[in-house]
Amino acid sequence: MDVHAAKYIGAGLAMLGMIGAGIGLGILFGNYLQGALRNPSAAAGERPMLFLGMALTEALGIFALVIAFIILFVPV
Amino acid sequence: MAAIDPLHQFAIEKVVALPPVTIPGVGLVDLSITNSVLAMMIAAAAICLFMVVAAKGEVVPGRLQTVGEGIYGMVEGLTSSMIGHEGKKYFPFVFTLFTFIMCMNMFGLLNFIGLPNMHMFTPTSQVAVTATLALITIGLVIIVGFAKNGLGFFKLFVPSGVPVAILPFLVIIEFISFLVRPLTLTLRLFGNMLGGHVVLAIFGAFVAALGTYALSTGGAAYAALIPSALSFFMVVALTALELIVGFLQAFVFAALACVYLNDVVNLGHGH
Repeated sequence: MDVHAAKYIGAGLAMLGMIGAGIGLGILFGNYLQGALRNPSAAAGERPMLFLGMALTEALGIFALVIAFIILFVPV
Repeated sequence: MAAIDPLHQFAIEKVVALPPVTIPGVGLVDLSITNSVLAMMIAAAAICLFMVVAAKGEVVPGRLQTVGEGIYGMVEGLTSSMIGHEGKKYFPFVFTLFTFIMCMNMFGLLNFIGLPNMHMFTPTSQVAVTATLALITIGLVIIVGFAKNGLGFFKLFVPSGVPVAILPFLVIIEFISFLVRPLTLTLRLFGNMLGGHVVLAIFGAFVAALGTYALSTGGAAYAALIPSALSFFMVVALTALELIVGFLQAFVFAALACVYLNDVVNLGHGH
């Protein structure tokens, strides 16, 4: 297989790592909204934790993106 | 259509070329002021200027002072809630980290109207800059850990209440996850900034490419103006998202610095 074709396939496969990040973010925000609807007055106090958790989970998806970029753009 | 090159915006160009300096032990170091260094200087100068203007100390605060007090209050809430009553000592470091990273992220989104090739550079999209910030943070954590706890610092890797059988494996896993911390700090900030700017450049290229194709070919190709307009709205939405992400990544970097400091400052007690 031509190495450039393999690079494109590899970058595409590396992006499958974002599936987990997407599922995790959905779970995170869903649980926050569920708790916020039960106890609206306590929701504002937990919002910094929500953003922290969101950034940490998103980071793992971004690591997959970084690997895809490395595969695509580092000269063979 | 020409090939879309989203990575051209990250090229480092020298603004002021200074002669290289020989540092013994390191070799030849090029100290010229590049666009990355210039953007960092502009961000630092902007923060200093903002703090000078906003720290007037009037009893009834004006608008700028309210913003300054808001940022102070947010970082203060972060340090006092995560580190506890000793958080005051680490407040200047966390505040500097937060404001510097936020300014670098935000200023990178500016483009100068009318000057097509002039755009601000985002220093945090370079691994060198984010790796330095992460190493400074982890270095501070290690130094504070050894200064406060001496050799008891290694108790960080031994969680309490663990059965003795799995203790060796747990210590190795904890040690490796501690070493991974500067890596994740670096890659989180770098990846967010790089990914955001690349997607912004790709959609911007769509607008221009589809638009010129529609206008130059004519006839049925005018339908290509619709995806061009849609891409334009995507660029607007993505710029809003980039502003949010810039603030959020600075906040997360500062919050994680507080969490790591809390781990070493409140090591033996204060769970």
